[in-house]
Amino acid sequence: MKFLFKTDYEDDIRLFPHSGYLWTYGTLLILIAAAPHFLSSYLVSQLVFVSIYAIVGVALLILTGFTGQASLGHAAFLAIGAYTTAYLQQFGVPFPVYFLTAGLLTGIIGAIVGFPALRLHGIYLVIATISFALIVEEILARWESVTHGNEGLRVKTIQMLGTTVPRDSPGFYYLCMGVLIFVILGAINLLRSPTGRAFVAIRDSETAAKSMGINVSLYKVKSFAISAAITGLAGCLFAHKLSFISPEMFTLQLSIEFIMVILIGGAFSLHGAVLGAIFIVMVDPFLTFLKDDIPGAIANLSLLLGAGAERAAAIEKSSAAFASANGLKGAIYGFLIMAFILFEPLGLYGRWLKIKLFFQLFPLYKRATFKRQKIYVKSERNR
Amino acid sequence: MSYFRAENLSLHFGGLKAVDSVNFALEKGEILSIIGPNGAGKSSIFNLISRLYNPTSGRLFFEDQEITQEPPYSIAKLGIARTFQNIELFENASVLNNLLVGRHRHCTSSLWQEILYMPSVRRDEKIHRHKVEQVIEFLDLEPYRDRVISGLPYGVRKVVELARALCTEPKLILLDEPSSGLNVEETTDMSFWIRDMQSELGITVLMVEHDMSLVSRVSDRVIALNYGKVLAMGQPAEVQSHPDVVAAYLGA
Amino acid sequence: MLDFVQQLVSGIALGCVYGLIALGFVLIYKATEVVNFAQGDLMMLGGFFAFTFIGILGLNYWIGFLGAVIAMAAFGMLAERLVVRPILGYPQFTIVMATIGLGFFLRSVAGMIWGTDDLKIDTPFSQGVLRLGGLVLAHDKLSVIAATLLLCLLLYLFFNKTTLGTAMRASSENMLAAYYMGIPVKRVVSIVWAISAAVATAAGVLLAPITFIHSNVGLVLGLKAFPAAVLGGFGSIPGALVGGVLIGVIESMAGFYLPQGWKDVAPYIVLLSVLLLKPEGIFGLHVRKKV
Repeated sequence: MKFLFKTDYEDDIRLFPHSGYLWTYGTLLILIAAAPHFLSSYLVSQLVFVSIYAIVGVALLILTGFTGQASLGHAAFLAIGAYTTAYLQQFGVPFPVYFLTAGLLTGIIGAIVGFPALRLHGIYLVIATISFALIVEEILARWESVTHGNEGLRVKTIQMLGTTVPRDSPGFYYLCMGVLIFVILGAINLLRSPTGRAFVAIRDSETAAKSMGINVSLYKVKSFAISAAITGLAGCLFAHKLSFISPEMFTLQLSIEFIMVILIGGAFSLHGAVLGAIFIVMVDPFLTFLKDDIPGAIANLSLLLGAGAERAAAIEKSSAAFASANGLKGAIYGFLIMAFILFEPLGLYGRWLKIKLFFQLFPLYKRATFKRQKIYVKSERNR
Repeated sequence: MSYFRAENLSLHFGGLKAVDSVNFALEKGEILSIIGPNGAGKSSIFNLISRLYNPTSGRLFFEDQEITQEPPYSIAKLGIARTFQNIELFENASVLNNLLVGRHRHCTSSLWQEILYMPSVRRDEKIHRHKVEQVIEFLDLEPYRDRVISGLPYGVRKVVELARALCTEPKLILLDEPSSGLNVEETTDMSFWIRDMQSELGITVLMVEHDMSLVSRVSDRVIALNYGKVLAMGQPAEVQSHPDVVAAYLGA
Repeated sequence: MLDFVQQLVSGIALGCVYGLIALGFVLIYKATEVVNFAQGDLMMLGGFFAFTFIGILGLNYWIGFLGAVIAMAAFGMLAERLVVRPILGYPQFTIVMATIGLGFFLRSVAGMIWGTDDLKIDTPFSQGVLRLGGLVLAHDKLSVIAATLLLCLLLYLFFNKTTLGTAMRASSENMLAAYYMGIPVKRVVSIVWAISAAVATAAGVLLAPITFIHSNVGLVLGLKAFPAAVLGGFGSIPGALVGGVLIGVIESMAGFYLPQGWKDVAPYIVLLSVLLLKPEGIFGLHVRKKV
C-alpha cells in the first residue's frame, strides 16, 4: 500500500495526488491517441459512441450523482443539442459557433426546466423529467418548419479550418475524445471547488445546506443548466456521428440508457461515467457477435459431443433465432439494470476499487469492508 | 439597541400555538439558554430564526437589521450559524468537505473560474482550508479529517456539526441541544468549547438545552418556555427556582 | 352537444383504464413508497396470460380471467421476491431504476414469446352497445368503468377498514418501527405486490377489446398513468381514480377540439402545471421534514 505524506494544503487539491496517477493517465492518453492506428474502423466508431455516452454520463453524474436530482429526460437535452446543430448548419454557421451554441442553448433550456424542478423531489422529479422529454419529442415531431417533423434532418460533415472532418475519420474520433477529456477536466475542477461541494451538500441535506448559506434553488438550477449544457455538446457530436436525426431517436429508452451508464459505471465517481459508457456501447458489438458466431459455435460443440448433423443444424437454427430475436437487446438491458442494482450497487468502478483493495491488502481483504449496512426505509415524503 | 431581538414572535400550526408572542433580546457576547419541557416551542424558535419557518407574526432583528423576510441562505451570510437537534450532516462526504461547505458564505469565485480552476480559486481554497484547519484544531477533530460521516460515531458527528457551524465564522451561533446523546465526558468537553467560543472567538451563543447542569455551567442568562410562552427569564439559578418553571417541569 | 357527451364518456372509459393502472402505482406506493415503473408491463403480461388461457387453451372467459389474475398475483410476488426485496430500504431512485429494468425485461421477453402482433381476446363485452337516446355506448367501455369503480371501492375499504390495510400504511411510514410493532413487513410488501399485479391483470384483460394486447401496451398506457397518479396525489386510492378520469377526459377532449399532436402531450402539460402549482397533487398531503 502506498502512504502519502502530506505536507501542504496543495497535496489535497492537486489533480494527480502522486506520480502513479501521471503514469496511468499518461499511458491511457497514449493509447487513446494511438487507437485509430491499430483498431478496426468499426471499433474506432464504437469508441466515438463511447465518448459521446461518457460525456452524457458525466453530465448525469453532476446532476444525479452529485446533486441528487434524478433525471429521465436527458435524451431531450441531447435532442435539443442535435437539432440546434442541424438547424444552424443550414445557414452556414461554422462548427465552433454552432457547437458552442448547442451547449449554450441546451444549458438555457436546462435552467428553464430546473426552475419548475425546484419544488419537486424524488419520484415527482423523475416523472416531471419524463414528461418534459415526451413533450420535447412531440414538439420535434410537430414543429415541421424547423425540424422537418418525422422526416428528420440531414447533418452535413464538419467543416473546420478549411478541411472537412468526415464522421468516420480519425479526426472526428480525436475531436470527440478531446471534448470528453475537456468535459471531464471541467467536471473535476467543478467538483473540487465550492460549487461542487454545494451540490453534494444539497444531495445529502437540503436543510443543512440552506443553513450553511447555500442558495439551494440557485445551485439546483445551476446543476440542471450545467448538466444540460454538457449534454447539448454531446448532442452536437451525436448528430454529426449519425449524420441524420429524427425524433424517434430521442426516446425514453435513450434516457434510460444514459441512466444505465452511470448506474453500471458507478454513480459516485467520474470514472463510472466512462466505464459505464464503454459497457453500454459494447452491448451492440456483443449482440452482433452473438448473432454471427455463437450459433455456429454451439452447433460445432454439439457435433463434437456426438449429436447427429441434423440435430446440430436444428440447434444452430434455434440458437440463431434466439440470438436474433427482436427483443433480445431490451431483455439484456433490463437484465443488466436489475443485476447491477442487486449485485453490484457500486457499479464497475466500485468493483475495480474492491479488486484493487484486495491486492493491496492481500491476504487480509475482508468482504465486509464494502458491505452496506442494513438500512430501513424512513419515509422520504417528509423533506 | 440589543444585538439580536425577537419581537412578539408567533408561530401557529392551525390551532396549535407553537410559539406565542415571544419577546427576548441577546446582548453581544453573551450565552443565552432556552429551556423548557418537550414541545415547548424551543426548536421552533430556532427554525424561525434560521428562517426555515415563516413566523405567523412578529419580527426578528439582528445587528439593527430586520431579518424577518430574509431567505434562509442569507441568514448564514449575515453571520448566524446553527446546529440541529438530530444532526443534519452531509452523510456521504468526508469531515473535511463538510467543514469546507461551512466556508460557503466566504466563497466568491464564479462558475467559470471554478471550471477552469483559475489561480484565484486555488488560492481561495487554501485560505478556506487554513481556516478549516484552525477549527479542526480548536475542536480536536484531527483524527477524523478524512473520514466519511456515515462511518462516524454519534458523539463525533455532534462535534463535526459544531465545527461546521464554526467554519462559517459566525457572529451568533444557535446550538440545538448540543449535549443530547453525549456521555458525561463529552458533555464536559462541550461545555468548555461553548465557553471558549464565547471568550476566545467572541461569538454570541443562543442554545436550547435540557441538561440543567450544562445550562447552569455555561449560561449567562436563561429563558424558560412552556406552550410557546415565556415563563421566566433571568439568571440560571433564578429561573430554575421560579415557581412557574418548577410547575411546568413537575406537571403540577 | 352529443359529440361532447360522447367524447366525455369515451374519455371517462379511457380514464378508468389509466385509473386502474394508477391504482397499482398507488397501492405499491402506499405500502413501500416505491413507484413501480413496471406496473404497465405487469398489465401487459396479465393480458398475455389471459390470451394464453382464453385464446390458445380455449378456456371460458371468466375462468381464463380468474386464472390470469391468480397467475399474475403469484408472478407479482415472485417479482417482488427477486427484484425488490433484496433492495428494500434503499433510496427510492434505486428501487425505481430496478423496476424500470424489470419493465424493460418483461416487455422484451413478452415480445419474444408472444410475438409483436396485436392480439385480441373475445370477451362477452366485445360486440354489444348500449343506446341511450342518440348516445352509443360500447359495452366494453362500460365494463371498464364498472369494473374500475368496483375495484376502487374494494381497495379503498380494504386499505381503510382492515388490519392488513393499516399494517401496509404503517410499514410505508416507517418500516423499522412497523417491524418492531409486530408487522411482518416483508410479507406485507409481498402481498401488496400480489394485489397490485392482480389489479393490473384485471385492467389488462378488461382493456383487451379496446386497445388489443401487444408488448408495448404497458409502456404506452403506463406512461399515461403517471400523470393520473400524480394528479391524484400518489397516495390516495380515490385520487388515482379521479386523476385517471381527469387525464382520460383531457386527452379525449384535446384530441377532439385541439389541433393534431395536442392529444398526446396534453396529459403531460397538465401534469407539469399541477406539479408546478400544487406539487403534492389534488388529494395529496404535504408534510415537512422536522429538524
